[in-house]
Amino acid sequence: MGRKLLLEHIDVSGIETYDVYRNHGGYKSVEKALKTMSAQEVVEEVQKSALRGRGGAGFPTGMKWSFLAKPEGVPRYLVCNADESEPGTFKDRFLMEKLPHLMVEGMITSSYALGANTAYIYIRGEYMFVLDILEKAIAEAYAKGWLGKNILGSGYDLDLHVAPGGGAYICGEETALLESLEGKRGNPRMKPPFPAVKGLYGCPTVVNNVESICAVVPIINIGADEYLKIGTEKSSGTKLISACGNIARPGVYEIELGLSVEDFIYGDEWCRGIANGKKLKALIPGGSSVPILPAHLITSTAAGERRYMSYESLSDGGFASGSMLGSGGFIVFDEDQCIVRNTWNFARFYAHESCGQCSPCREGTSWMEKVLHRLETGKGNMRDIDLLAEINKKIEGNTICPLGDAAAWPVAAAIRHFREEFEWHVTHPNDAITRNYGMLKTPSITL
Amino acid sequence: MISTLETQAKRPPFSPEKLTEVQGVIKQFPEGKQKSAILRVLHIAEEEFGGWLSPETMDYVAELLDIQSIEVYEVATFYTMFNLKPTGKFVFEVCRTGPCMLVGSDEIIDYIKSKLGISAVGETSADGMFTLKTAECLGACGYGPMLQCGKVYHEHLTPAKVDELMDHYRAKYSSSINQN
Repeated sequence: MGRKLLLEHIDVSGIETYDVYRNHGGYKSVEKALKTMSAQEVVEEVQKSALRGRGGAGFPTGMKWSFLAKPEGVPRYLVCNADESEPGTFKDRFLMEKLPHLMVEGMITSSYALGANTAYIYIRGEYMFVLDILEKAIAEAYAKGWLGKNILGSGYDLDLHVAPGGGAYICGEETALLESLEGKRGNPRMKPPFPAVKGLYGCPTVVNNVESICAVVPIINIGADEYLKIGTEKSSGTKLISACGNIARPGVYEIELGLSVEDFIYGDEWCRGIANGKKLKALIPGGSSVPILPAHLITSTAAGERRYMSYESLSDGGFASGSMLGSGGFIVFDEDQCIVRNTWNFARFYAHESCGQCSPCREGTSWMEKVLHRLETGKGNMRDIDLLAEINKKIEGNTICPLGDAAAWPVAAAIRHFREEFEWHVTHPNDAITRNYGMLKTPSITL
Repeated sequence: MISTLETQAKRPPFSPEKLTEVQGVIKQFPEGKQKSAILRVLHIAEEEFGGWLSPETMDYVAELLDIQSIEVYEVATFYTMFNLKPTGKFVFEVCRTGPCMLVGSDEIIDYIKSKLGISAVGETSADGMFTLKTAECLGACGYGPMLQCGKVYHEHLTPAKVDELMDHYRAKYSSSINQN
């Protein structure tokens, strides 16, 4: 059994309401921080915990906080990135929907640490039903004196609001999110300046993922020393993994980082193996942007070592034979799935979601989608496979934000590990149209 | 099709209650930064004014936020949730991205098309009741195939469940008509 820090009370009936949440230790981190710690001490505690950003990039949260500029007389903002849109990822929705007060508590404790008196939760527009849940929790927190003026008599004031997006994956990129929160199109900004210096309305701003902000609550409650005992040396604490695809039991699981990938996929407590007794073919461990792994590189690394659910083990082997923990969007493929079809599907996603600002990304993602569609429908040729690699190189590193890279890497990895499957689509044009690669029965495919 | 009368009834301005709600949203942002309220106000406007954003609606939102109309148009055309054309009474948005595809979203899309008697995504059934759209990842990857209708997520879809949903929404529409 793994230790639970975020989902400890998830099964308690009524935990989404204020009273039940409070009776189960809710808002203690706010009491501890505001009554016994200075803002700087809270920042230092989070730094010491080695918490890495849970949105996907894995940048140390405490370090991000320490970069926040503090010019006199200029407001500072904390903005929570709840624009969860990375395919395979649905953990933040789960947290906010089931534990809205944990989100609110995390925002209060974190805002106090940063000296922010106004904070926003920017939530994807499709999660409007979650926005309602959060606003109800926020209203309860105001009524009980956890938000507003002079919280707990400490002299600290905080206003917290929720703002919805309008349907754009790119707004999960922090500067695009800030543009959107200012009421504009979600076009990412050039960095530097970083949001820590010039963020929302040109003021110093920290943007953190939902799970990162929620993790601040147990870190303050149990202390960084205790938090560091959980997980591995380079991956402290617990992580939410949203498991989906062809597994027996999809869902959101909180794991101690360092659990073996094999246990996670086959263990009773987690995914319970591949659905319908089929065999494991491939895995995307951290959301659609991270490299896909073929079966032989999933439970062990290229060097033959056991593979673990941690930042360092999942990336072992680099892009040649490893992947990334990313957002924790864990997508499992069974033996009947076609890698070309899936790669095309994700390429279509990125082409659809490119904001259009940088031509290498706008044109490149759209060409990748077209070439992959050609291959998937049996109209491609061998040169198309290399053409994809060429397009890749022209996108990578040539854009303002990482969406282009996120679109290019999965295509490169799919070709690296499943080249013969791409070639099969060229050499078997009729079969490519009528059936999935590897699948015996004929599925109905809409292309 | 939806009667002209019904469409005309749903035009700007907001009712006094909705206007109060919108002013509350504007107050969440610092003075002079009222443009930040735009996405939320557009969501409210779409819901209030017939399920889509007409040029008239967008101009009205611009006026409320004291910004240029073009600032509203450029936002409304960027974000995929906003309908810039009239739709059916209910819009089914089926997630088509990878994890949902792995568990059969393509088959669900085909099934809905055949049930509605339409040939392509984006079309509306002849009775004006349902519009079928597809969406990119809606964050329900573990519970697919799924679709969103209004604020509600319908997950673990099967053809039988799609039938039930259509009956459910038809009944909902009938009762709303009877109440009026």
